[in-house]
Amino acid sequence: MAGQEIERLIQLMAKLPGLGPRSARRAVLQLIKKRDGLMRPLAEAMSAAAAAVRPCSTCGNLDALDPCAICADPARDPSVVVVVEEVGDLWALERAGAHRGRYHVLGGTLSALDGIGPDDLNIEPLIGRVAAGTVREVVLATNATVEGQTTAHYLMDRLQPLGVQVTGLAHGVPVGGELDYLDDGTLSAALKARRPF
Amino acid sequence: MHWQDQGIILGARRHGETAGIVSILTREHGRHHGLARGIAGKRLRGVVEPGNRVACAWSGRLADHLGIWSLELDRAHAAAVLDDPLRLAGVAAATAMVEACLPEREAHPALYEALAILLDAIADGAASWPFVYVRFELGLLSELGFGLDLSACAVTGATQGLTHVSPRSGRAVTEEAGLPYAAKLLRLPSFLASGRGGPPANDSQRDLADGLVLSAFFLEQRVFPAAGQALPPARGRLVDRLLGAGAAVGVVTRP
Repeated sequence: MAGQEIERLIQLMAKLPGLGPRSARRAVLQLIKKRDGLMRPLAEAMSAAAAAVRPCSTCGNLDALDPCAICADPARDPSVVVVVEEVGDLWALERAGAHRGRYHVLGGTLSALDGIGPDDLNIEPLIGRVAAGTVREVVLATNATVEGQTTAHYLMDRLQPLGVQVTGLAHGVPVGGELDYLDDGTLSAALKARRPF
Repeated sequence: MHWQDQGIILGARRHGETAGIVSILTREHGRHHGLARGIAGKRLRGVVEPGNRVACAWSGRLADHLGIWSLELDRAHAAAVLDDPLRLAGVAAATAMVEACLPEREAHPALYEALAILLDAIADGAASWPFVYVRFELGLLSELGFGLDLSACAVTGATQGLTHVSPRSGRAVTEEAGLPYAAKLLRLPSFLASGRGGPPANDSQRDLADGLVLSAFFLEQRVFPAAGQALPPARGRLVDRLLGAGAAVGVVTRP
């Protein structure tokens, strides 16, 4: 139906999250219609990002700078490090604006099913950062899943001998959550983590 | 095709943005895979976690298709143990062992029951769950056709005083009968010895270590080579937590 170049573009776009073949086709059509206003700037931006963006050698965040903008920011507290599974989790915490310290991206979790062990994750650099002595608290912000918490407990075992304070995110009722609609696991976790009011 | 069953989630791999290929040990249909839609959504997010017991319905046009799961949570074992590293390691190890060595689509109702009992014991915080775990692994061996005979001495036929297991035959022996081969034999923990039921002995940590060595030895020798794999790392992490860091290495390499 379309030329080879267009079909290739549609195929590639369809691999992006949120886009199926039909929506990729619509997106490509829109790009072609706005060739100068959208397509060329997008292609240049993608090319520049592909050339420049690298994982930060300190924390694993993605940035064109190394160390990344967060690690290089002197206004951020270097003594509190939040450990997350993926860069997307770091971005979520940054969106919330709740943390003004540093981060560490593991790049995944320990997984029995996928055969991912500690050596496959960005754990040794974290141990090195903590052993260097500037970190006072490590916040384990892995997901509340079996794999996420298995990874958190493993990290706890590795970090404890270094004498650093290790904390974890609370599990429980989300803001705006109604008890009637919560699953059993969340409810029991919330009840277990109750605190003086 | 359509069937309904009870099942225990063994694991899931993301497929696309919101779906996942979920592996479930079902009571009547064995270890079975299927596609579950919306596992990243609110309704299923907490359901598709290893160890959770679910009511499941599988449907597919043909029996050998991947098929589609419809899942409803029955008991959230995973959520009950998330903040306890030892019990979490128990759930992860048990589900990883089943996922690693049980063939697909082969019914093992007894093993399903054993896993369900183990997970209930872990979630309820029963003090004896590590011993139940060892029995579960021996049950796994038995279901795969490599069961140990711990009922009587392989040499004398005695049913009392059993203290060791032959690594070759998987049969129990008494201390006297096994004396010439003592260095080669595996120790039989008292909680597994025939006619010695009831609570674990005083030296329960040693018994537990002996039990884990015993099951690991036969799993490594008889099950995992055929599957072309090694014991799952999740089991090693459980052994480390139960017996102390580094213990897993000793457990899987003895005798």
